[in-house]
Amino acid sequence: MTEPLLDIRGLSMDFGGLRAVDDVSLQVLPGEIVALIGPNGAGKTTLFNCVTGVYRPTAGQIRLQPPGLPGRRIDGLAAHRITALGLARTFQNIRLFAGMTVLENVMLGRHCRTTTGLLGAVLKGPGARRQERETVEAAFGMLERVGLAGYADEIAGNLPYGAQRRLEIARALATAPSLLLLDEPAAGMNPQETRELDELIVRLRHELALAILLIEHDMRLVMNISDRIVVLEYGKRIACGTPLEIRNDPKVIEAYLGEDGHA
Amino acid sequence: MPPVTRHLLHAGGLALWFMLLALPLLAVRVDTLHNVVEWRWENLLWVGSGTFALALLWRLRAAWRRSGHLAAAPAAPGRLAAFGTRLFDEPRLYRPVLGAILAAALIFPWLADTYQVNILGLALIFVVLGLGLNITVGLAGLLDLGYIAFFAVGAYCYALLNTRFGLGFWPCLPLGGLAGACCGLLLGFPILRLRGDYLAIVTLGFGSIARIVLENWDEVSGGAQGIAGVARPGLFGAEFGLAGMTTYLYYLLLGLVALTVFVTRRLQHSRVGRAWVALREDEIACAAMGVDVARTKLSAYACGAFWAGLVGVIFAARNTYINPNSFTFMESALVLSIVVLGGMGSIVGVVLAALALVLLPEYLRALAEYRMLVFGAVMVAMMILRPQGLVIARRRRYRREGDA
Repeated sequence: MTEPLLDIRGLSMDFGGLRAVDDVSLQVLPGEIVALIGPNGAGKTTLFNCVTGVYRPTAGQIRLQPPGLPGRRIDGLAAHRITALGLARTFQNIRLFAGMTVLENVMLGRHCRTTTGLLGAVLKGPGARRQERETVEAAFGMLERVGLAGYADEIAGNLPYGAQRRLEIARALATAPSLLLLDEPAAGMNPQETRELDELIVRLRHELALAILLIEHDMRLVMNISDRIVVLEYGKRIACGTPLEIRNDPKVIEAYLGEDGHA
Repeated sequence: MPPVTRHLLHAGGLALWFMLLALPLLAVRVDTLHNVVEWRWENLLWVGSGTFALALLWRLRAAWRRSGHLAAAPAAPGRLAAFGTRLFDEPRLYRPVLGAILAAALIFPWLADTYQVNILGLALIFVVLGLGLNITVGLAGLLDLGYIAFFAVGAYCYALLNTRFGLGFWPCLPLGGLAGACCGLLLGFPILRLRGDYLAIVTLGFGSIARIVLENWDEVSGGAQGIAGVARPGLFGAEFGLAGMTTYLYYLLLGLVALTVFVTRRLQHSRVGRAWVALREDEIACAAMGVDVARTKLSAYACGAFWAGLVGVIFAARNTYINPNSFTFMESALVLSIVVLGGMGSIVGVVLAALALVLLPEYLRALAEYRMLVFGAVMVAMMILRPQGLVIARRRRYRREGDA
């Protein structure tokens, strides 16, 4: 059996007296798409925040095993270190650098893969110049992947909503992750945009050999692209399985999907 | 009510209000010699009629525009703005302008008298301070209300090293900058987690602490009396007269301004500069994209403080005498106004604003006691008419290799 890329065991997160995530275990294998679903307030985004280093979990272990590197615990590590280890994310409420251009947003994703410091930036020697060129090139490449190359010089905050979501994905991909965490990527998109996103996610997985963990409420998208689905309710994991298994799981239907939730 | 009456009433009300505001400042004068109060009603009349005329004009113009008579007018500012952006974008256009400004700055001391050169030198000091604070506040978005403390660090660093240990100006110049940067780091550590209002309060406190220490640490800083007899900068042992020294200092400051502009420009459009701006835009996203937020904040504080320390050395050398009164909150506020007025993050804007804010009060000396009043009015008008600052910082456009 292959080693899981991300291995979460017994993760709990308390806020004062409230247990937002309760003893959740979850694995993501390399190249796999796993969806995290559940009603609002089930603790999905809290789980994301624990994994990406925004919160330090109350209990449990999170291990990351990037391909070709020794595995290590990442719970309690600073957010930027986790990103450097190959885990990138997008945000539920879009968090772009609104005043910077589209290209600069993606260039910032290259920050942890480049090294030019203060002195290098001032002297601008051949090394720094080459790195800057490579950053620009890589950023344009990422914009092409998500279909935003034509918007490179626009101010990010002026982009239409769907394009902002795709820009967030491009920015996260620029950090060269092996696991991408998407927090409600289809939120606020129209059906046409959602279909395009569907294709984009599957394509990116193939092209970049990514594993993807995503939170999503759009069931059509989730059922279409996921290899496995994990269901949370009140912070607890209530089910885990293939889309077919989840769709027919009575507990999930009661808690979340509803009688005709498989629409 | 017919519109004309409404305009008249409005303008009249505004005039009355301004007369009331100006009453204590312009109308009442206490003659301390004869212990009588002088009432100067004619001043109030001027204020009233002036406000009335301006308000009426403003309202009529607005009404005129609403009714469509001035529909063609916005085209002209539009074209002007387009030219403005092109001026910043195309090297073909801005290089000659830059060259002309530099040439004018270079020959200035030979055309103007010592007084003019002297106050322009003072303005250049504030240009460097503004550009330094622009890194911390304008780019990285970290409010700093005690910035002048770093300027004091540089000045006292040189004054002490010079008067106690006989160190010359040139070795002290980088030392002052480094001392400023180190203090920037020291201040940066405890406030890494603070944001917004809290950051403002702590930096304000730091600025006050620095001044109070300087005022009371008699053995080292000379207390309120300060340090006198600081050596002027040398140049291979050449002797200067007063005018010559003023000119020499002016060129020195001009060189420093050029260096600051060059370095901040390079930094701004680099990996580090982008991280600063990203930090200003969204700290959480910044950390999630792999930017070490603590390190980025510290580098922004240190870089900003470095320039203050550097120019502090020149300030001490220029005045040959320093005391804590040169480093009050007023100076911090002035430098911050320069950054805000110039346009956060815009180098050209900060340079223009520094020149305006330092030179304006100097040239307004003709207006004697009203100069600060006029100065304040200009600031208020500026914030109403153009709150984004004189020059809006523009984002750089990157081109791929091989693209034209």
